[in-house]
Amino acid sequence: MTQAQIPLEQTPVVEHSEHKKAWKWYEYFTFNVDHKVIGIQYLVTTFIFYLIGGAMAVAMRTELATADSDFLNPSLYNAFLTNHGTIMIFLWVVPSAIGGFGNFLVPLMVGARDMAFPRLNAIAFWVVPPAGILLLASFFFGGAQAGWTSYPPLSEITAPQAQSIWILSLVLAGTSSILGSVNFIVTILKMKVPSMKWSQLPLFCWAILATSLLALVSTPVLAAGLVLLLFDINFGTSFFKPDANGNVVLYQHLFWFYSHPAVYLMILPVFGIMSEVIPVHSRKAIFGYKAIAYSSLAICLVGLFVWVHHMFTSGTPPWMRLFFTISTLIVAVPTGIKIFSWVATLWGGKIRFTSAMLFALGLLSMFVIGGLSGVTLGVVPFDIHAHDTYYIVAHFHYVLFGGSVFGIYAGIYHWFPKMTGRMLNETLGKIHFALTFIGTHLTFMPMHELGLKGMPRRVAMYDPQFEAINKICTFGAYVLAVSVLVFTINAIWSWVKGEKASGNPWNAMTLEWTTDSPPIIENWEVLPVVTHGPYDYGLNGRGPSAEEESAVSAQ
Amino acid sequence: MSQIPASLLTLIAGIVITLFSIWIGLNHGLLPEQVSEQAPLVDNLFSIMLAIAFAFFLVVQGAILIFIVKYRRRAGDDTDGVYIEGNFPLEIVWTAIPALIVIGLGIYSVDVYQRMGGFAPSTGMMAHSHPSSHVAQMSRSAMAAPLMVADAEAVSPEASASESEESATPTGSEAPKVVETYKLPIYGFGAPPEVKKPADVTVNVMGLQFAWIFTYPDSGITTSELHIPVGKDIQLNITAQDVIHSFWVPQFRLKQDALPGEKSQLNFVATKTGTYPVICAELCGSYHGSMRTQVIIHTPEEYQQWLEETKVAQAGNLNQAVATKPAELSPSEFLAPYAQEMGIRAETLKQLHPQHPSS
Ligand code: HEM
Ligand SMILES: [Cu+2]
Ligand SMILES: [Cu+2]
Repeated sequence: MTQAQIPLEQTPVVEHSEHKKAWKWYEYFTFNVDHKVIGIQYLVTTFIFYLIGGAMAVAMRTELATADSDFLNPSLYNAFLTNHGTIMIFLWVVPSAIGGFGNFLVPLMVGARDMAFPRLNAIAFWVVPPAGILLLASFFFGGAQAGWTSYPPLSEITAPQAQSIWILSLVLAGTSSILGSVNFIVTILKMKVPSMKWSQLPLFCWAILATSLLALVSTPVLAAGLVLLLFDINFGTSFFKPDANGNVVLYQHLFWFYSHPAVYLMILPVFGIMSEVIPVHSRKAIFGYKAIAYSSLAICLVGLFVWVHHMFTSGTPPWMRLFFTISTLIVAVPTGIKIFSWVATLWGGKIRFTSAMLFALGLLSMFVIGGLSGVTLGVVPFDIHAHDTYYIVAHFHYVLFGGSVFGIYAGIYHWFPKMTGRMLNETLGKIHFALTFIGTHLTFMPMHELGLKGMPRRVAMYDPQFEAINKICTFGAYVLAVSVLVFTINAIWSWVKGEKASGNPWNAMTLEWTTDSPPIIENWEVLPVVTHGPYDYGLNGRGPSAEEESAVSAQ
Repeated sequence: MSQIPASLLTLIAGIVITLFSIWIGLNHGLLPEQVSEQAPLVDNLFSIMLAIAFAFFLVVQGAILIFIVKYRRRAGDDTDGVYIEGNFPLEIVWTAIPALIVIGLGIYSVDVYQRMGGFAPSTGMMAHSHPSSHVAQMSRSAMAAPLMVADAEAVSPEASASESEESATPTGSEAPKVVETYKLPIYGFGAPPEVKKPADVTVNVMGLQFAWIFTYPDSGITTSELHIPVGKDIQLNITAQDVIHSFWVPQFRLKQDALPGEKSQLNFVATKTGTYPVICAELCGSYHGSMRTQVIIHTPEEYQQWLEETKVAQAGNLNQAVATKPAELSPSEFLAPYAQEMGIRAETLKQLHPQHPSS
């Protein structure tokens, strides 16, 4: 075979003896090809974008505390709205969950010394900062203002320079994601240690595999749509110009063919994180390994055929509305399987309420809300009413904030010791969790009612009857802002001064915990041999004592 | 615990959850007043979904809560939990139940959609609901003319728009008289299937940054607020002049994007008199949030009266048309509530009715 065996065939003793074991701090700021450095580069960079996107959100919520447009200029509001969404999706959740955790963990989890194509990997990362800087630079031209969906004709006639920069930035981010995906697929398929059976591949790797396949299929379509838009704006073409035979609905199809799968790009890797964090901290084997792995693939496949549910009120003929109602409803089934499997994993465990576990439990609870509201939205007669209202804003923040962001937090608390060699402070972690959990509900729960009662989304001014509820949301957003501050302080402080972490502080079973914290360059001196499954908790004499066991089984 | 109390407990919990969920479904009070015939259909669907969702919510959150309390690690216990890999029957159950529920929901929603009139516009014959070809012609020019005011003569709007749709056959549609070939796809909601007659009142709705313009082809008037009679079949023919807007009346539970270059329609019957908001639901620029107006639902008599009065009033206005292009107005001018209305109105009127509405 290929590279898979190369590391094994070399005699480890010769290989590691003269190697340096750790990177100097400044090497994290260079074009480094080590997957662990790249993973951390992704996480830190995207976290900075998270802070910027979050600041925009706080500004928007401040504007929305009152019904009139009295804090931000309405064009600036739209620019914040557009860039907040774009940043959170393309520069925070997608690159941190896939690029950050994927790069750091996949080689460690499959027992490889690096990704299949380390240089390509570094290139994929180094495309991200320019994409972000471009996006921020677009504010010199007023900022793109047509929403993260940027439907023409609005996007063609509003702030055209900024819109063009926005397109370039997204194409860069998409390129990064395509390069990364190729790398993940090859790494997982080809570089797993031979002693690891496919049924022993950690679920996070299955999730990254599914995500990468999805990204490869869908991203080029978005790129195509965006390039056509760019041509319309700058080179006089009229693909989407209604007054010159263009078709405005075509863009929406191209856009959503990518962007619905994009929501899975944002949640599947996080589901992978869940499947790692929950077993470790509840000391239980994952319930239904195969079902979880296959359901990721099922979600990807069905997820490619649901995009029109974002266009139910648009130029969509009846058959299309109904076909996509059905396909959307079907996605709920594999998603439900995952949720139920995690809940069942808790059963009979010895749950430790670490910060990582709290965020994982928080996700479980929040995602259920977002998932259920998602089912209601998939049904066309109801979506006609709820589309483009605050009900939608509530829905996607429950899945994106309550889902993706909670999962990323869980992942950070769980793997921070592995990445940095130091533990995060657990007290601050719990304060962070409490603030985030309360803040999320305060901010987004009341939005359901706002939308149903008649408040449209993407507005800087609204009917005064909604003011009271909006004040609650704004207060919640401030609580969230404080929570992010607590976390940022914790992360920085712990990275420098935190308690030192052992190689395996959580007593976990996947391969990344068989090496030092942080792992040495090239990960292991001698590659590990897989002797047990990734979630074999309760086996080999580690189970509960006999008397407890009988108590449990009696129920 | 022995078997019986446990299953009894489960049974009781099940009953409580079911009753509570049904109660929530019936009493959530989350939706605004119902003012169209479609509204109760949508609301029933929503209430059922809410009840089911609430039951799921309680079961899952309840399970999480019970498990994390019951299976929390006790101090000093460093062992693992019991080893369980899965449970095939259980997994089948939790795959099958949601699958059955969503299939049921899917079928029910098709039924609701059909009763709402969702299948009607698929015929693609907008003119079908107009008895006289004259009216039909008026409405189509009203729909499309503003899109290409500049070259309206050079290219027929229908022909150019239909070229982008494979399904359309623009045979000779450039000749204004050939009304029948008018076959653009029309989106939205048509009349419910049992209604065979054309709508009682047809209104052409056009969205533009940042206002709605309503024209009444039967009487030739143009307004910035929608006036309709209660209890009659109303048809709105919706389009947009500049960017995409979306026509939404929350109390009707109906929403349809207004797409430049595409046509869509909403058919409905208002069931109550009163004044309700008309909201633009699709981001259309800086002042999207202020693109709000009203629908005023009159009794049929009041409506007739309003129609007559407005006709008389507008006959005067038309002659002193101010040629202001809405798009050239500064945002603040737009915001001054309806101060510029006459300007928009008269100008648009001219655009909408190139062949002056005489009858
Ligand atoms: C810190 C907490 C957050 C707050 C307070 C917040 C608030 C907001 C607000 C006020 C809007 C504008 C809604 C509208 O007018 O339609 C918005 C839009 C959006 N947010 Fe967030 N947000 C937060 C976190 C996130 C996260 C973590 C994500 C992604 C993972 C996200 C994704 C989006 C998206 C995609 C949009 C839609 C943008 C668009 O309409 O173009 N948000 N958010
Ligand atoms: Cu979607
Ligand atoms: Cu609008």
